[in-house]
This record gives sequence, C-alpha cells and structure tokens, in this order.
Amino acid sequence: MSSNERIAEIVGTNDVVLFMKGTPLFPQCGFSSKAIAILDHLGVAYASVDVLQDMEIRQGIKAYSDWPTIPQLYVKGEFVGGSDIMMEMYEAGELHQLMADAQVAQA
Amino acid sequence: MAMPAGEIEALIRAAIPDAEVTITDLAGDGDHYAAHVIAASFAGLSRVARHKAVYGALGTRMGGVLHALQVTTGVPT
Repeated sequence: MSSNERIAEIVGTNDVVLFMKGTPLFPQCGFSSKAIAILDHLGVAYASVDVLQDMEIRQGIKAYSDWPTIPQLYVKGEFVGGSDIMMEMYEAGELHQLMADAQVAQA
Repeated sequence: MAMPAGEIEALIRAAIPDAEVTITDLAGDGDHYAAHVIAASFAGLSRVARHKAVYGALGTRMGGVLHALQVTTGVPT
C-alpha cells in the first residue's frame, strides 16, 4: 500500500485526525503541542499519528495535502490546516463551528 | 541551519508584490520566525490558500533551511 493510500485510509476512517510530531501526551514540537491544546480545548474526540515514527507518512503527508509542514489537521477527510490556521480559526470561532457542522464526537 | 529575516521578507514580497510583510524573530536563532502578511490580493482566498501562497514564496526552504515559520495573514482594513 502506497503512503498516499495509507494516508487516505487514515483520514477516511477517523473523523478528526492530527498528523503531528510526537503524541498528545508527549508532543515533540511547539506547533504540534499548540494544535493538541486547541483540540483539547474544543473537547472533540480525535486520533493522532506520530510522523516521527513513520518517515514514509512524514514525507507523504506533505505531498498528500500540498502543505509543507507538520502538524496537519483533517476533519472528515478534509485538510483543515496547520497549527497557525487552527489558531486563527479557533480564535474566530470557526473551528468550533466546523466541528459542529461536521458532527464529530466529543472526547 | 538558519535564514536571515530580510531574505524571508524579500522572498515573500517577490511572490506577493502587494504584500506588507512583518517578520518577527521568535527565538533569536534564525530558525524560528513569525511572518505577518497583509495583502489586498488575499481578499476572497481561503486561509489555506493564503498560507500556501506564503509557503510557496519560500519554496523548498520551508521545513528545510527554515525550520519554523508561524504565518498569519490578513487583508488591508
């Protein structure tokens, strides 16, 4: 299975998934920990993928979304953005709205 | 690996000619910057599209020679 197929399966089978460096408990990068904090504040259930444990995914995800950095958030299979966009949307109330519209489960 | 702030600003301006660019050095190590980019040409573009325009200006440097760039965008008010 190619990295693209693996990624498509991950984003297709998880309503909310964050590709990040490290884990929610032990984020290994400031931007990843900011993204986790936002998701925790929203209180939504989410899956996470530690790209540091999987080089194929780490490179493949950047091509998949045509986005050069990690973390990357996907909701219902759609690329939402990195931690900067998550923050902008969170502060504008848009991320909360997006999660509500997507009817994702609470944590 | 590091990059001077002026070079980041110049690259963004070259790709987005009407941009007003403010670069902030977050860590003093030449590797962690914030870029605030205001451009009329951003009007109507999604956040992802705006950020992609800024990342696109930096080409392969993003995630390579430049480890971290915090991007915020806007349109002139």
